Amino acid sequence: MKRPVSFNPLWVFFIVIFALPPLLDPYWVDVLNNVGLYAILGISLNLIVGHTGLFNLGHAAFYAIGAYTSAILNTKYHMPILSILPLSGFTAGLFAFMVMRPIIHLRGDYLCIVTIGVGEIVRIALVNNIFGITGGSNGIFGIARPELFGYVIRSPHQFFYLIWIFLIITVVVFKRLEHSRVGRAFNCIRDDEIAAQGCGINVASYKLTAFVIGATWAGMTGNIFATKMTIISPESFSFWESVIMFTIVILGGAGSIEGTIIGAFLIIGLPEIFRDLSSARMLVFGLAMVIMMILRPRGLIPPKLRSYNVRSILERDYSV
Amino acid sequence: MILLAVQRITKTFGGLVAVNNVSFEVESGSIVGLIGPNGAGKTTVFNIITGIYRPDKGEIVFNGQSITLKKSHEIVKQGIARTFQTIRLFSQLSVLENVLSGFHCRTKSWVFGAIFRFPWERREERQKVEEAMKLLHFVGIERYYNLPASSLSYGNQRLLEIARALATSPQLLILDEPAGGMNEKESAELIELIRRIRDRGITVLLIEHDMNVVMDICEKVVVLEYGSKIAEGTPEEIKRNPRVIEAYLGTDGEER
Repeated sequence: MKRPVSFNPLWVFFIVIFALPPLLDPYWVDVLNNVGLYAILGISLNLIVGHTGLFNLGHAAFYAIGAYTSAILNTKYHMPILSILPLSGFTAGLFAFMVMRPIIHLRGDYLCIVTIGVGEIVRIALVNNIFGITGGSNGIFGIARPELFGYVIRSPHQFFYLIWIFLIITVVVFKRLEHSRVGRAFNCIRDDEIAAQGCGINVASYKLTAFVIGATWAGMTGNIFATKMTIISPESFSFWESVIMFTIVILGGAGSIEGTIIGAFLIIGLPEIFRDLSSARMLVFGLAMVIMMILRPRGLIPPKLRSYNVRSILERDYSV
Repeated sequence: MILLAVQRITKTFGGLVAVNNVSFEVESGSIVGLIGPNGAGKTTVFNIITGIYRPDKGEIVFNGQSITLKKSHEIVKQGIARTFQTIRLFSQLSVLENVLSGFHCRTKSWVFGAIFRFPWERREERQKVEEAMKLLHFVGIERYYNLPASSLSYGNQRLLEIARALATSPQLLILDEPAGGMNEKESAELIELIRRIRDRGITVLLIEHDMNVVMDICEKVVVLEYGSKIAEGTPEEIKRNPRVIEAYLGTDGEER
């Protein structure tokens, strides 16, 4: 059974993007790096918000846990930063599991309020130098640059490839996840919880799974953020960060990876282009959201229906 | 053999007694109808059987096992599937995916399987897509497989709900007003479909307001009024039962 060749403009987009850095100065490459990081964060949040329909306004907490895990293990125990990548994901996922477990049954707005609380608690804990290892409001500095095969990644141009390859891996992983039994279960919960139970889906456990996967991925992104900045502090993980990630998902199209990447470009990239108008940024932000909600309530690129290869089945069993 | 036994269940909401000491049994391989005027507690009984509500008193026994305290998703796995009075489809998913979701409790693939796409995961997925298409063919809406579920007509949405329920490979299928919103021709086809479902060895329990449908296919009818059972028997017996005529057919039936 051969799959029909499906053409996704996303791959063309990636090819174009990968050809860009040599033509750009480090400043603009760094902008692209930020876009990439937020695209990854957006995609990880998209699983929770877009696919499972759970409002999460505390995603920065998981991002922070990943970043701080990496920073602490690297500066205190001198572990190579990229080797901590899986561990940063694991800690963030474990944290999400422990925190969300008791409150996962909350619905809609109530869950949203609690996630805001979680985000703030984590930030305040970091500011107050919890366990004496987070460095308070100064944060942690001196985080090592990543080293791959004896080659140190230092300049924005080098980071570009690290971040954007990680983004491609993210896209592949989350696309596969979407197009599977698990992805469908997430969507079922979003569309109708009672009917989802009626299909034998353990709603609470799948909601938790969505949170843990999203948090794990945000944690790994935190690792890359930490090594890119070499210094992290609580202000990088404020409530505003969570709002930005949330806006990226909603603006781009909840449940759509392509939309989330576009959203990251708009929210992170555009303010850089219109730097002179930065004082009006919030105003434009708000206006854009209002217009979007009126004109395209499902986002710029709403998710398409997934297609399945049934042609051969149709032909075999009965004529159409 | 008795497949499902509802034993003296009572459920109150605040001061309202929605279901009062109701018992009945469903024979394996039969088609049983649950009727009664609006607000008689029929859907509440269904919600108790399928684990959405817990009864205050009483017991639900399925296949000789008590399922009273089981959760909804566990009950489906035991073999009770249902459709809903107000259609509850996954509106943003395609018709085919709605049925595929029904296979959830009979498949195993998990997060790592989804990401790494092991050969056995692909095989499971391919098999289920095929079975889903067969089920869509069985209810007669396979040509709409790649449309969004919300774009189907009302009658077809009901059929899709049935296909999704069948995907969970149930022993007992519970239909809550399957003919609701259907025209004459559609409900005639529905009657035939319900018979074909029974011929697959699936027991059917249904709530229905359309008396033609109930009297035509049910072998046994249970009548509820104000949360209590007032009669039980064959359609012929029910038609002659004076309490039923007074409570239900007498007031409502004359208009028909």
